Amino acid sequence: MVTELDLKGDVCPYTFVKTKLKLEELEIGEELAVTFDHAPAVENVPRSLKNEGHKILGIEQMGDHLWKVRIRKA
Amino acid sequence: MLGGFSEEQIKRYSRHIILPEVGGKGQKKLLSSKVLCIGAGGLGAPIIEYLAAAGVGRLGIIDDDTVDLSNLQRQVIHGGNVGKPKVESAKQFVNNLNPDIDVRTYSERLNAHNVVDIFKEYDMVVDGSDNFATRYLVNDACVLTDTPLSHGSIYRFEGQVTTIIPHKGPCYRCLFEHAPPPGMVPSCQEAGVLGVLPGIIGLIQATEVVKYLLGIGELLVGRLVYYDALNMTFDEIKMRWNRNCPACGEKPKITSIQEEIYGESCRI
Ligand SMILES: [Zn+2]
Repeated sequence: MVTELDLKGDVCPYTFVKTKLKLEELEIGEELAVTFDHAPAVENVPRSLKNEGHKILGIEQMGDHLWKVRIRKA
Repeated sequence: MLGGFSEEQIKRYSRHIILPEVGGKGQKKLLSSKVLCIGAGGLGAPIIEYLAAAGVGRLGIIDDDTVDLSNLQRQVIHGGNVGKPKVESAKQFVNNLNPDIDVRTYSERLNAHNVVDIFKEYDMVVDGSDNFATRYLVNDACVLTDTPLSHGSIYRFEGQVTTIIPHKGPCYRCLFEHAPPPGMVPSCQEAGVLGVLPGIIGLIQATEVVKYLLGIGELLVGRLVYYDALNMTFDEIKMRWNRNCPACGEKPKITSIQEEIYGESCRI
């Protein structure tokens, strides 16, 4: 099961802060898919998540200025 | 709401939440913690200021003094409140800074009769008092109620700070068994104090409180940091548990809080 988090309209660093808060609610090994429309977040958030040990499963461009990052909680 | 935080709280505490050692879980611990500040003076001002900013959910403040113009050289939270009770002034400051904080004020002197009941309500006590009678009363009550304590004191250009976790490390009496006789040591009023000094010492105390509440880092347990502002040095004095300590030793003499031990000059 994949948990979805919609962060359209959010900018850095809140994109990471909110992704982190959502991950804290999940169990280890669970998957989270986060949607961003803030371009810098697509680089920043995966980098910060990797620093905390989480795994980035994929980054997909969903449209013009719309991305989905898939994360596995560590 | 995300992780139990409002949109405003996510913004306010974002720099905490970002830290791997804190996160949303740590911030929630802070918000559900209860800390008592003894005194809202030189040490109390920075302690109250930063614990409120950090989101320590309940702050108790005990002080029976009113704000005097001579306080504003160092007591940075009382601006514009000369003549007001310090607890009211401190509460006003905290409410303006962070509406998440539940401030409980005690406009009274800490004494042998009220100390245990008040301490029982809190997870940790921070001593910002300026006299030996209160310092020993606070130490002994913390040992009796098993309440962690941050001790700080200042004198002219010097300060000292340590953290006491009763029965897990030494207490204040392990190092200084008795207070010096009254009159031996001049009070802050007579001795003078460099205005920036309590900012340093109070913030070391606040740092220890936040670390204790979060359960991170190495606390100043069994260590007393001695700060000399003129030479800008921090020295560390090892403190050992004293098995003959009257408060926390093997056969403690102090088994309840008796007024006679502390004298009547328990002014904060
Ligand atoms: Zn002791």
